[in-house]
Order: sequence, then C-alpha cells, then structure tokens
Amino acid sequence: MSSEKVIPHSDAAAKFNKDVERVNWHDETLWFVRAKRDKSAHQIEDWELLRETASQIKFNVLSNIHDYLVEFEANAQQNGIIVHWAADAKEHNEIVHSIMAKHEVKQMVKSKSMLTEECHLNDYLAEKGIEVIDSDLGEYIVQLRKEPPSHIVLPAIHLKKEDVSETFHEHLGTEKGNYNPQYLTESARHSLRNTFLTRKVALTGVNFAVAETGEFVVCTNEGNADMGAHLADVHIACMGFEKLIPKREHLGVFLRLLARSATGQPITTFSSHFKKPRDGQEMHIVIVDNGRSTQLGREDFRNSLKCIRCGACMNTCPVYRRSGGHSYHNAVAGPIGSILAPNLDMTKNADLPFASTLCGSCTNVCPVKIDIHDQLYKWRQVLVKEGHTPTAKTVAMKTMATVLANPTVFNIAGKSGRFVMKNIPGMVNNKMNKWYDQREMPDVPEESFREWYKKNSRESKDKKNE
Amino acid sequence: MSSKGEILKRIKLNQPTEAAELPDLNLLGSEQFDVLETYKTVLKGIGGDPVEVTDYNEIINYIKENYNLEKRLITTLPELSEIASLDWKTVDPHSLQDVELTVVKAHFGVAENSALWVTDAILGQRVAPFIAQYLAIVVHKKDLVPTMQQAYQRIGNMEYGFGTFIAGPSKTADIEQSLVLGAHGARGLIVFLLD
Repeated sequence: MSSEKVIPHSDAAAKFNKDVERVNWHDETLWFVRAKRDKSAHQIEDWELLRETASQIKFNVLSNIHDYLVEFEANAQQNGIIVHWAADAKEHNEIVHSIMAKHEVKQMVKSKSMLTEECHLNDYLAEKGIEVIDSDLGEYIVQLRKEPPSHIVLPAIHLKKEDVSETFHEHLGTEKGNYNPQYLTESARHSLRNTFLTRKVALTGVNFAVAETGEFVVCTNEGNADMGAHLADVHIACMGFEKLIPKREHLGVFLRLLARSATGQPITTFSSHFKKPRDGQEMHIVIVDNGRSTQLGREDFRNSLKCIRCGACMNTCPVYRRSGGHSYHNAVAGPIGSILAPNLDMTKNADLPFASTLCGSCTNVCPVKIDIHDQLYKWRQVLVKEGHTPTAKTVAMKTMATVLANPTVFNIAGKSGRFVMKNIPGMVNNKMNKWYDQREMPDVPEESFREWYKKNSRESKDKKNE
Repeated sequence: MSSKGEILKRIKLNQPTEAAELPDLNLLGSEQFDVLETYKTVLKGIGGDPVEVTDYNEIINYIKENYNLEKRLITTLPELSEIASLDWKTVDPHSLQDVELTVVKAHFGVAENSALWVTDAILGQRVAPFIAQYLAIVVHKKDLVPTMQQAYQRIGNMEYGFGTFIAGPSKTADIEQSLVLGAHGARGLIVFLLD
C-alpha cells in the first residue's frame, strides 16, 4: 500500500482552528446532533439492552464470519444476485469497472458508500473515462467542490450554506447570494432527478447483509439509493464483509439503534431490503476485504469491525468537533476512523490514534459497544513500539522517563526549570515548545512541593514541640 | 480470477475461536405504550401527516380536496379507481416520472418510528413510492405493532424480492443541518389510518 505524504492531524487541526468563529459553529452543530441522539435514545426503555444485544450479535458474527459469508453468497446467488469477491481496493475497482465495461456504460449514479470512498472508486473510474455522480445531497455538494466527505453520515457538515450557495451558483446556475437551504435543495433535486432518469447503472452501499436470506439493506433519508437502483438496468452493491448479520430478525435490533445513534431520528426514512433483482434487472454484490481480515486477526482491534457507521463517536468527540473530518486524512474520520486507519496504512495514519483525549465519550455512545478509546490507547503503544511516531516525541518521552525515574535528576531538573521560567522565560515561551501553543505558561512557583513539605513538616513539628 | 478462496482462508485463520452465542431477542420489545397515539405523534414528529378514516370513501374525498386530480395519480388499490389509475404496473418505470401522487397500502406500521412495511406484492412497481411528488399510504389501525421487534416477528419468513420500511417523507439536512422535506423522493407523506 502506498504511503503518500499527508498533513499530520495536529497540523491540519491547527489550520482548521484559525477561524475561531467557524470552529465554534462546527463544534456546536455536531454537539446539537449528539444532543438529538441522547434525546432519542432516552425515549427507548430498552436502549442499553439493545446496545448489549447488538454487540453480542456482532461478536457472534466475528467468530463465525467465514460460515456466514458462505451462507450469504449461496442464498444471494439463489436469489439471482451475482456475487463478486475483492481482496483489496484495486480488485474492487476493477470489478466495478468490468461490470460497466460489459454493459458499455460510461455513466454511473451512486448513493452513499464509504467503502467506495475508502477504495477511491471515483478517481479510478474517472481515469477510465467513466463519470460518477454522487446522489446523496451532502456527497453531491462535496463532489462538486472536489473535496472528500468530512463525516460518514453528514458529508458536508464542514460547510456553511453560503459555501453551498457559491458552489451551486457555479455548477448549477442557482441565484447568486441565495442561501436558502430549501431553494438550494430543490435545485439539486431537479438536477439529480434528471441523473436518476438517465443512468443505466446505479451503485449503492450496504448497511446490513443477511446471511440467512441473502438480502441486503440500504438505509437513506433522501431516497436516493432507491431512485437510482429502481430505475437502473444494473444495480451494484458494494460491502465490506463485516456488514454481515446472521438473521433477518436481527435487523430489528440494528434498525432501532442506527438512526437514533446517528441523527436522533427514530429510523431513516427508507430502510430498503433488496433480495432479488426486479424483472429484467441485473444485481451485483461486491464483497470486499481490503485489510479487514488482517484487522480480524488483531485481537486488540478486531472489535472495530462491529462498527455500523452511525457516526455517533464523531459527533460526540471533542477533538473531531474542533478539528473537522478532513484533518483525519482517511475516508472514515473521527474516533472509529482512527482505529480503522492504522490497519490500512500504519505509516500514513500513525498520527490518528493520538488525535484523541481518551475521554471515552465515543465508547459511551457507540451503539455496538466498541471499546473505541481503549483501542486508541492500544494503537498508540503498537505504533510507538513499531517506530511509527515522530522522533521528537520519542526523544522527549525517553528523556521524561529518565528524569522521572531518578530523584536526584528530577530535583535538579525541577530547580533549573523554575530558574529558567522565572529569569529567562523566552527560552520556554517560544514556538519550539509545543506546550506554549495556544497557552500561557503558568506562573513559576517559588519552590517545589518537596521543598515546601520539608520546610513545613519541620515547622509543624517545631510548633508541636513548643 | 476471484479472490474468494484467498479471502475466506484468511478469515478462517484470523476469526476468533471462542464461540459467541447469539443473544435472546425475546427480551426485547416489551415496552408498553398506546400504539395508535404513539404512531401519530412520531409520524408528525418526522414530517408526515396521519389522517384517521373509517372507509375508502373518506380517503377519496380527502384526496379530491387536497390534490389536483388533473395531475397523474396512481394507485394499487381498486377501491380508489375513481381518482387514481391502476394500469401502470407493467410500464417502463421511467415513465412514472410525472406522477403527482402514489397511493399504496402497507402490510403494517410500527408505532415507535412510524415506519410502514411495503413489498413488491403491494407496490405495483418498486420505484412508485419514491418517484412520485407525494405519497399516501393506507394502513389498518389493527395492523400497527409497537416496535421493530414485533415488526420482524410479523415479517418472519415472508417472501419478497424487494421490501422497504417507509417513515415520513424523503428529507435531508445536509445543508447546515436545516431540515428540508422532499430531497429526492416524496415531498409529503399522508398515512391514512383505516378503522
């Protein structure tokens, strides 16, 4: 896998934080979504039992995924669906392209699929001369702007209506300066309706695939997956193999959790169950590995494969809310993305498990009870051991360890530190010191606690003796 | 050639060996609440309109009063033939693009989220509830279940090629979290709750 150079999370976050007003707005907007999630979850008496049940179902899936995949494929084939297997992103893209080529089609309409983002399908198809239009409104907006989505559920959450208005004015010819979301959405509806009516191939993601029946479920609020799939001659559905669940009845558990965790809605507007192609239609499923089987073998991290992509961990994360999705340089951002990404490329994504305060809020809201913050902590240890962290940090940590391990050195370091901060503050209060970024250094104490204690304990003894 | 063998081999090698039993689903879905009232409240909360009716005549009158009958209205329900056409089930689905209102019947509805379960057998065409400007769904009050737990018990091994839960009108909040009804699908959803 290539390790192309990326801007480290902390640098990208620093840039994002330059516009204070905008960061505050981003922070509040996501917190608003988190609050809706809470309100919705608290209305369900069984909420905690649902989370526990979902987690147990996913545990069962991870232990039996081989057999469930075999069962799913057989049932899907019996239903008349063509099943493909892709070991990695490249093979996934080639399979999708081969289906397009077979039908001699040069245009595709696509509904939201984070997997195709992960595989960079759009870029691949563009190189082959195939035009892809993303039909989810948020994805459509970021696609027009040539940006990746910044959130798995809310792809354009980093943009303000003024930005969208500019983009639509440029690409759709909407009125300049009309920021009304109703007007802007209506314009996109008209443009995309024409797309749906003219595309022969539609690609969708998969939220859940049922081993028992060979059907798959796609959830949207806009109805874009259905508009695409039901009008196209060919429907291609792409899924990571961890989307599997054992039985149809388990959908009841996951559909109760998914939208409530994501946006606080009781359920998405459409939860569509695709079991057989309609008459005359061709239906394909592409089952993708792309590193998932490796993650399955990492005992400490395999739980990350339980993820149902609700985005709750992002909405609640104090770091995500104040750094924005693009700072994570990965298709899936936020806490869950930070434990999935190092598995895909350890060198490129070594910074991500450090983009967290380990506060644990992600773990508390996760509908399938993934121990997200524990895994972030464990990834840090793996990454340091394998030498993927910056030298400056490693040296600093080693120095710190030496100082803390030796009382004499600690004493001297403390004294000289206090002397420097008091008499030559410029040596500490400068750009070389990361702790000085966005902070005032504290006033220097006159003495260390140790010195204070020595003095005071003697004094108090003397007092008692009087 | 396909990577199936290779992928399955790696999975078998790496999947955890400890057996994890499937949990008991019967512990779920015991919440007690007024099913009809909850259904209506939740539906209004997500932008849909519940309309209680005693028979199909009331539905016909409601549609006459609220929709332009000169536009294209389609239905799968013979009871509504007076106001909507029935002969569209085998046409090219693209030709439904000018439909103003689709009226279908649901197998059942779910109170906790106001979702309605529809399948190929009662949809006429898969795209019909999505492509119309407006959607109306008829459901019997006796066919409302409390939660998704009962919903899947009811679905059981039902055979279908396509089935979907529809909850409210098509919507998006992708522009600054401002809710807009009518993203790509229906701009409004009326649910006729039939005695």
